[in-house]
Amino acid sequence: MHTTLRIRRFNPEHEHPSSYYQEYDLDVDPADSVLDGLIKIRETVDDSLTLRCSCRGAICGSCGMRINGHATLACKTKMISVASEGETIQVEPMHNMPVIKDLVTDMAPFWSKIRQVQPWLQPQGPPPATEYTAPPESMTHLSGVMSCIMCGACVSDCTVLEVDKNFIGPAALAKAYRFVADPRDAATSQRLEVLNQYGGMWDCTRCMECIQVCPKGVAPMDRIMSLRAQGMVEKIPSTCGSRHAEVFTDIIKHKGMLDEPMLAVRTFGLKHVGRLLGMIPMMAQSLLKGKVPLSGPLHRAVPGIQQIQRLFKRVRTKP
Amino acid sequence: MTSSPYYDVLVIGAGLAGMRAAIAAHEEGATVALLTKVHPVRSHSNAAQGGINAALTDRGDHWEDHAFETVKGSDYLGDQDAVEILAQEAGQDIIALEHMGVIFNRNEEGRLGTRRFGGQKRARTFFVSDFTGQAMLHVLYEQIMQAKISVYEEWFVTSLAKDDHGGCAGVVAFEIRSGTFALFPAKAVIMASGGLGRVYEPSTNALICTGDGMAVAYRAGAPLMDMEMVQYHPTTLKGKGLLITEAARGEGAYLLNSKSERFMERYAPNMLELASRDVVSRAEQIEINEGRGIKGCVLLDCRHLGRQILQERLGQIYAEAKTFANVDLAEEPLPIRPGMHYQMGGIKTDTEGRCWDVQGQWKGLPGLFAAGETACISLHGGNRLGANSLLDTVVFGRRAGTCAAEYAKTLPTLPISDTAIEPDRQLVRTIASRQGQGDRAAALRLEMGTTMNRYVSVFREQEGLETASHRINDLKARWPGITIQDKGQVFNTGLVAALELGFMLDCAETIIVGALTRTESRGTHFRTDYLNRDDEQWLKHVLLYHTPDGPPHVEYLPVRITQWQPQIRVY
Repeated sequence: MHTTLRIRRFNPEHEHPSSYYQEYDLDVDPADSVLDGLIKIRETVDDSLTLRCSCRGAICGSCGMRINGHATLACKTKMISVASEGETIQVEPMHNMPVIKDLVTDMAPFWSKIRQVQPWLQPQGPPPATEYTAPPESMTHLSGVMSCIMCGACVSDCTVLEVDKNFIGPAALAKAYRFVADPRDAATSQRLEVLNQYGGMWDCTRCMECIQVCPKGVAPMDRIMSLRAQGMVEKIPSTCGSRHAEVFTDIIKHKGMLDEPMLAVRTFGLKHVGRLLGMIPMMAQSLLKGKVPLSGPLHRAVPGIQQIQRLFKRVRTKP
Repeated sequence: MTSSPYYDVLVIGAGLAGMRAAIAAHEEGATVALLTKVHPVRSHSNAAQGGINAALTDRGDHWEDHAFETVKGSDYLGDQDAVEILAQEAGQDIIALEHMGVIFNRNEEGRLGTRRFGGQKRARTFFVSDFTGQAMLHVLYEQIMQAKISVYEEWFVTSLAKDDHGGCAGVVAFEIRSGTFALFPAKAVIMASGGLGRVYEPSTNALICTGDGMAVAYRAGAPLMDMEMVQYHPTTLKGKGLLITEAARGEGAYLLNSKSERFMERYAPNMLELASRDVVSRAEQIEINEGRGIKGCVLLDCRHLGRQILQERLGQIYAEAKTFANVDLAEEPLPIRPGMHYQMGGIKTDTEGRCWDVQGQWKGLPGLFAAGETACISLHGGNRLGANSLLDTVVFGRRAGTCAAEYAKTLPTLPISDTAIEPDRQLVRTIASRQGQGDRAAALRLEMGTTMNRYVSVFREQEGLETASHRINDLKARWPGITIQDKGQVFNTGLVAALELGFMLDCAETIIVGALTRTESRGTHFRTDYLNRDDEQWLKHVLLYHTPDGPPHVEYLPVRITQWQPQIRVY
């Protein structure tokens, strides 16, 4: 098949370094991966085209890059799956990290966030003489997270990191979950307390992008949600995030429908009155557009609220 | 910087062997650094899928059985004192890995579970689904982070630095990101830089497996041993040669020819598909050569295992078959063929990882250690058993780390001059600044790879080996003229490829010389002009020493036998 690879390039040694796109026309086997195409260019046309790659089989995590706007592994992406005959494939370095040259990014910030979660097993006391016993299903469950190859795709396309560099990010949180869910680890509470802080597990906006782009099915966002649930079970000090979840369910339980102004007031509380006041301009605008729903005593329970409450009871008794 | 801090122990390569060695040396109190051309978790140890062997006595297994099967698998070329250590210490190292956090598969009682692997009668392979290597590699890197061991990422070693007495005193390397050269002075250097798979095309090996460590040590005077012993894995995908784990057959998959016969019944009536790798690969090649293959392949049939087992215990290859071969393993058999996989030979070491002999039976390079696929103790002899390579990395990585740290304690700090970097810096400048349209490194590598895969593969004979020898010599002669277009300093991967090619050509030459020298058939080295194993002549290792201009100088070492005399090898 015929295709054009449109590659975003950057040479830091250029007199006035700036990135630009360069196009390469290629005849390829449709089953070839985008990595095959890139290697073909590098080996036969232009050896200054710079990228990282190694295993060719989606296990080393070297070739993370953006293909047609989404982060993925170039080795795992078949040409035919991203372009039809004659179409152009756009290849760019990963986002949310500095570019060193062409498709090579600086992963140092990525790793420094991984290190923040103290990513090593912290068991209680000295180890037993033989192995730790552990339920087989717990290890099978963990293998889903250990499949993470640290390629950076989830971090590249994280929509929170795009606006807030302090967010620890999906890869580090999934790594943290790997220890929180490990029956051998004894530092769960400390880990969750750290993750409870600003920039931690409550800063994910659940956009699902990390689940979409993860080439290994790790589903980082699901792990973040499990961390939050575990945090609430462990009753670590409440944050706006956990209160939001609690107040949300409480309102539904009593009214059957969300009371949005009340949700904001109760989530932030007096402690975060500043953040509450910060919402006033938005409230005013909404009010002008007639979009502020009734609140407080004016917000009535929906008809048949008893049925919803019965549902709540059943869900609570059946874990 | 033109010189790094002075380290007691400097480890080259951060795969399983390198990181295990670094942890052991750190625990001994040595100052340690890892220097690696890729980030540690990008290392090729990732690719080990199936598992890691150990005979645990509390499960009723016996280390002697594991040792014997390893010796038999090696076709009696493995040194039995080393194999005994491997089998005896396997248990403690598996448990240590578990304590570090490896999420080994569990049985119903919550204890470590096992699966079967080739060449062994008992299920003694511990595993994490089918990404055991990856699961171990990431855990060892966790340990490196916890211990705060220095890691020089994306540094490329160009040569060993020597002290005034000719001993190894560090390495010369350049940082890929900046192109800056530096001297890394150290009392002990552990070479743990992995295999040389890219000498062949295709190969199961990652693009980074270019034999750098072997060539660097060889050029500095350390002998390479049993280089002719190149393992072909029985189940690799057509095309790029990606690996399909032996665990598929361990879990019960069949091999079928074009007539749907389980042909292994004819070659290994007892062990069938789980005979050792050299035996299965040869059988497949015979089927293909005699017209019972399908487009150069035979079939791996997993259908009867069921989708659930495939997804839970073989999830990676289940996905791999779909992505890379468009085959649903639960529905149809997968075309596979033998493919270059592992180098049993390597830098000669003793059982402590030392690349010199304290007894003086062979020469070497004091101060240099090696572990993992780069090294040849010899454990695997003529053929490595599946799931013994991961074990090799942790047992002998640990031993090399410990011994190197102890060795470093005995030495005073000897500063060496950073002028040692000049020749390498000059060489790189010459390559990078060469103008014109010379050969591309990639074109020469492809020629080398296809030559090796054609003439130095499952079946070998004199004439083919000589042809290969001529072609490799021709490529070596052309290497100094190669040109690269990228003239920059920053992340010049063209330059790295050119240097790697130089290393690979040295490795290729030693493989061919070893194969020409050994006029018998043993293990993976099968000569169609010398069909039989010849214990009288060849129960010995082939050691190759680098010479400045001519072919390597050949020496021999007898195989060390402790309790298992060579027998006829049937499976």
